[in-house]
Amino acid sequence: MTEARWEHFPHGADVGVRGLGPSMDAAFEQAAAALTAVITDPTTVAPSEAVEIACSAPDDALLLADWLNALVYEMSTRKMLFGRFEVRIEGDHLSGKAFGERADASRHHPAAEIKGATYTALGVRREQGQWIAQCVVDV
Amino acid sequence: MDTARFTRISGFAFRIERFGRMRVPAVIYADRALLAEMDDKVLEQLTNVATLPGIVGAACAMPDAHWGYGFPIGGVAAFDPDAGGVISAGGVGFDISCGVRTLLTGLTEDEIEPAKARLASALFARIPAGVGSTGRVHLDAGEMTAMLRGGARWAVERGYGEEADLERIEERGTMKGAQPEHVSDRARARQRDEMGTLGSGNHYLEVQRVSRILAPDIAPLLGLHEREVVVSIHCGSRGLGHQVGTDYLRQMAIAAAEHGIELPDRELASAPIRSPVGEAYLGAMRAATNCALANRQIITHLTREVFGELFPGRHLRLLYDVSHNTCKVEEHVVGGRAMQLYVHRKGATRAFGPGHPDLPPSLAAVGQPVLIGGSMGTASYVLVGTAPGMALAFGSACHGAGRRMSRHAALHHWRGRELVDELRDRGIIVRSPSSRGVAEEAPGAYKDVGAVVDAAEGAGLARKVAKLEPLVCIKG
Repeated sequence: MTEARWEHFPHGADVGVRGLGPSMDAAFEQAAAALTAVITDPTTVAPSEAVEIACSAPDDALLLADWLNALVYEMSTRKMLFGRFEVRIEGDHLSGKAFGERADASRHHPAAEIKGATYTALGVRREQGQWIAQCVVDV
Repeated sequence: MDTARFTRISGFAFRIERFGRMRVPAVIYADRALLAEMDDKVLEQLTNVATLPGIVGAACAMPDAHWGYGFPIGGVAAFDPDAGGVISAGGVGFDISCGVRTLLTGLTEDEIEPAKARLASALFARIPAGVGSTGRVHLDAGEMTAMLRGGARWAVERGYGEEADLERIEERGTMKGAQPEHVSDRARARQRDEMGTLGSGNHYLEVQRVSRILAPDIAPLLGLHEREVVVSIHCGSRGLGHQVGTDYLRQMAIAAAEHGIELPDRELASAPIRSPVGEAYLGAMRAATNCALANRQIITHLTREVFGELFPGRHLRLLYDVSHNTCKVEEHVVGGRAMQLYVHRKGATRAFGPGHPDLPPSLAAVGQPVLIGGSMGTASYVLVGTAPGMALAFGSACHGAGRRMSRHAALHHWRGRELVDELRDRGIIVRSPSSRGVAEEAPGAYKDVGAVVDAAEGAGLARKVAKLEPLVCIKG
């Protein structure tokens, strides 16, 4: 069984976020953790409040961008950070939950805010039994 | 990148002839060293831009070009609406109308020096900076719409600044043609608490000294004198602009196929200028431009308040305000014919030469000031547009140093605390809510801004007027 994990990949001016996992759902969850990690260490974020997110898109890649952009929106308007995620994808629809807390500069030391998920290096694919979901985010 | 692929067309200009589906050639303005250092992705993105419908002349890149999304950062491209020309959300960027403005303090270095630490603390306390910071100005629905229509003029009418500021802002402070009705509720929600905030990433407010005058005939006309102090503010349209970019990038990506636009890459999402999506984006993008102009105007007001408290009776005049993520309708002469073109500048500054009708009377003889931000510990520059530059890259020049190293790599090289100490030892006070943010913006992660402006001047895009060096840096 492939272990779910996230990583960053380099981009000239911005940051690439990549989630890997045994299912597309898991890869999307991990990509979201990679998104938070651009701002702060996701393990420092207490999962005390859940925010529900739903989106639909014509293909998997746009669905990933929509999911990440929905998180950017929720972080921005709720002044929250999220550390844990649950995603369920059925067809072209995603329903998810993001667990987090209000951002606290003294504990989270946020490094940069994210303007949006771009379509650069955007892709969702399966390689050797592992799902990979990635894109570059503009910071 | 491999410089052998280019034809050198002047000392500081390199061309790639059309190949594949390119409709026009690509031209990079740089010296050979800057060109060699550029990521291969710059050329890939630039040649992709050259395939878009209705592109005119050439797809251009400035000396500070680097890998962006869709367009390279430092990219300039003009489109003819009569030839099926397109508008691209990626060609403007997420941070719509991000830009720089510089204020003249009239104070000397010697006057600032004893108060430097107090000034840094007061500016850091007054101007909201960093992730999640909220502004002091909160807009209800009616005021939000008024701001999106009025830009910096709206801010001045509400008491943030003065009438005289407006003629020193592109578009006289108000981008015409804004259509707030095309700005989504989500974009408005993201802006609710963000008016008058600096943001994060590469955004900053710097107190700088004029360390060298490079054009003694022009500098005094701009109010620039050696050893005097200026303040430069670099920020954009905040959450509203970011959301407008996000909303329309998606719409354009989906609509491109319906419009018969074959995208070499989805990130180049574009729509015909004359299409419902294209027109809606134009209206929303212009509203977001006004948001950026209003934002910088409010920060200017806060800066004046701080200086007024520390240096009573002194007045900060606006030298100029440039936007470097834009798409504007401009008249340019191409092949001997005057054309109305939609000029995209993604990480590039408008640089109109002397006599251009859009310049205010006080700058008509001088040309448009071009404000180039360096990185935290290095220099910034003031340049002016040139008459010959109008014919090179649609009256455009570079916008900053340009990154040479990713944020990722920068974190492996530097630690924020050590950088702040090192800069302090060099007389530069840095105040930032994020130590990691400082490390990601390390001066060493950027190209040599001196080489970038030398190449811009060498190419004839703009002329160097003054060099500025930082004294205080408030980082978002």
